[in-house]
Amino acid sequence: MKYVDEFRDPEKAKLLLKEIHALAGGLRAGMQRPLQIMEVCGGHTHAIFRYGIESMLPDAIELIHGPGCPVCVLPMGRVDDCVTLAEHPNVIFTTFGDAMRVPGSKKSLLQAKSEGCDVRMVYSPLDALKLAKDNPDKEVIFFALGFETTMPSTAMTVLQAEREGIRNFSLFCNHITIIPTVKAILDSPELTLDGFLGPGHVSMVIGNEPYAFIAEHYRKPLVVAGFEPLDVLQSIWMVLKQLDEGRCTVENQYSRVVPEDGNAVALDAIGRVFELREFFEWRGLGSIDHSGVRMRAPYAQYDAERKFAIKSIKIADPKSCQCGEVLKGVIKPWECKVFGSACTPETPLGALMVSSEGACAAYYQFGDVEKIHQKRAAS
Amino acid sequence: MNVVPLHRSVRRAGQVNVPKITMAHGGGGKAMRDLIDDVFVSAFDNEALSALDDQARFELAALAAHGDRLALTTDSYVIHPLHFPGGDIGKLAVCGTVNDLAVGGAKPLYLTCAVIIEEGLDVDILRGIAASMARTAREAGVAIVTGDTKVVDKGACDKLFINTTGIGVIRTGIELGAHRVRPGDAILVNGLLGDHGAAILNARGDMKLSTPLASDCAALHGLIDALLAAAPGTRFIRDATRGGIATVLNEVADASQVGIEIDETRTPLREEVRGFCEILGLDPLYLANEGKIVCAVPPEEAEAALAALRAHPLGREASIIGHASGDRPGRVVMHTVFGGRRIVDMLVGEQLPRIC
Repeated sequence: MKYVDEFRDPEKAKLLLKEIHALAGGLRAGMQRPLQIMEVCGGHTHAIFRYGIESMLPDAIELIHGPGCPVCVLPMGRVDDCVTLAEHPNVIFTTFGDAMRVPGSKKSLLQAKSEGCDVRMVYSPLDALKLAKDNPDKEVIFFALGFETTMPSTAMTVLQAEREGIRNFSLFCNHITIIPTVKAILDSPELTLDGFLGPGHVSMVIGNEPYAFIAEHYRKPLVVAGFEPLDVLQSIWMVLKQLDEGRCTVENQYSRVVPEDGNAVALDAIGRVFELREFFEWRGLGSIDHSGVRMRAPYAQYDAERKFAIKSIKIADPKSCQCGEVLKGVIKPWECKVFGSACTPETPLGALMVSSEGACAAYYQFGDVEKIHQKRAAS
Repeated sequence: MNVVPLHRSVRRAGQVNVPKITMAHGGGGKAMRDLIDDVFVSAFDNEALSALDDQARFELAALAAHGDRLALTTDSYVIHPLHFPGGDIGKLAVCGTVNDLAVGGAKPLYLTCAVIIEEGLDVDILRGIAASMARTAREAGVAIVTGDTKVVDKGACDKLFINTTGIGVIRTGIELGAHRVRPGDAILVNGLLGDHGAAILNARGDMKLSTPLASDCAALHGLIDALLAAAPGTRFIRDATRGGIATVLNEVADASQVGIEIDETRTPLREEVRGFCEILGLDPLYLANEGKIVCAVPPEEAEAALAALRAHPLGREASIIGHASGDRPGRVVMHTVFGGRRIVDMLVGEQLPRIC
């Protein structure tokens, strides 16, 4: 596959790894613990496990898998709301595929579908809008979720619905925004992170400027990274290079996709349709100020939260769940008390076991946990 | 043919003269007999079936001439859409059951065909699918010798469900099983993986990708004959249908308590399937195949097995994708194209496209 295989070249990887080993070795010598680099985005977590990147890195580097999987961090109460909406007899509830399996307090959307609810998987909000046009007697609700990556397409769809005068279409808006969440992690007293891989897709929309405070205020290097395995390795190398040279800046490894100032058209659409919520509840992290968006008043007729009575009951994460500590890098997934026992991909207790982009599910599914145990026992 | 014909059928064959299936076609009366005659008996065309007795009967001695053990298997086919690039539910219902016999080392001989039809289905669609079953069975050298027809209310099933049960005979001396794999054995596949799964997902039409993806649906008994002739020590064969090769490899690793290491660069994939999986965030190792086997062969027979597979039209892209090892029993590890290593685990539930 052209323009893809070039970024998966094992020979180039070897060259980068050589430099990464040398840099990490030098940096580790002056520290009591391994270097900790967080990849914020679930897409990176997926690539890291899909290509076995962690197995190639030196022991001096620990990757901390951040909160950037929008499916994982969805609180149970919101899934319950989805089910309530889907249970309305006149509703076609549409969703991205991987949100179907996320457990609510009683059931997932997949289970609701099996009980007769009209839940349909779509690939884009435009598919949902088309369903609304094709089914004028039904209310079609689109389960809008994701970071700034997916926000523009949802906003554009609402604007299109308005232009075309389609009335039987609405969003159940669960879009979240990445910056306040990274800030919440940085403000955590247990934090030991040394640098960040920034989310490439989000940055394509918002640009690089919003991360400046991470370098300036918190003195951590951040490299906006692409999603192919060579992108990930090169970005790790760039973070190490900054640490080695004592610099803290925002750098853009993914410049083939990410413009410095983001995408003005996308930002404009987001700004027209959405406004910040005062706070939003995250599975595993709790309530974070200004971390979610809702629809602006002029678009109320497209807002399922206003059209339907939704209880939005807050449901606490199970006590045994240590997702928050894993997200901050305080413990590794397999160090959680319930990892692989009470909490598995079939019966996830915590956010990170929910989708294949969640760190715990990725370790459970792809990770060489036995090897890690062996290594620990030997050292 | 060594099915015992009880008497030559002399009655006149019935015909269906309406365009759609109605509940009457499952009612047990004349309409049903007309349907069976018109659609199934005429297509499958053999004396055992046309006698319309309640069972097919076999001469034991004739069966025993093929080997020393009987193999019996059953499978139900509920695919949507009924027709897809590379096949239809009828072809699938024959190939799938033929393959389930063949991977056990059996020579497939007889099939049954039970259909559950949703009221309102076009009779012509049913005729076409029966013709497809007949053609596939003829090519595979098996006879469809008995069957059953049910019609259910609209909405009670999705157009047409087919169950086929198959009987075959296992040749003397052939011993295959998931528990027989030993460290050092080579792991082979007979060609490009994931074609069926990708073609079906694409045919459902949600993505509207214009790609030449087609199902690999094929009867594999000939290929398996060639493999077993070239590598008689073959330990294990399975067709990698639902759950893909990842699932088969995990089952073998578990049953034989060996580790299995595969090399991503040797895992044959069509460019279109790779692209399809990239777009949807799917893993081709878990995509269904309908014309692919995974087999384990002792190391000294690996090259002969590979050559035999590649010499067969259904095995041109065959590849040794990895080997069994004594390390990490029960685990499947993939060496990635990028030089890393990862576990390939059983899939939890269904593969769902990723959000971004």
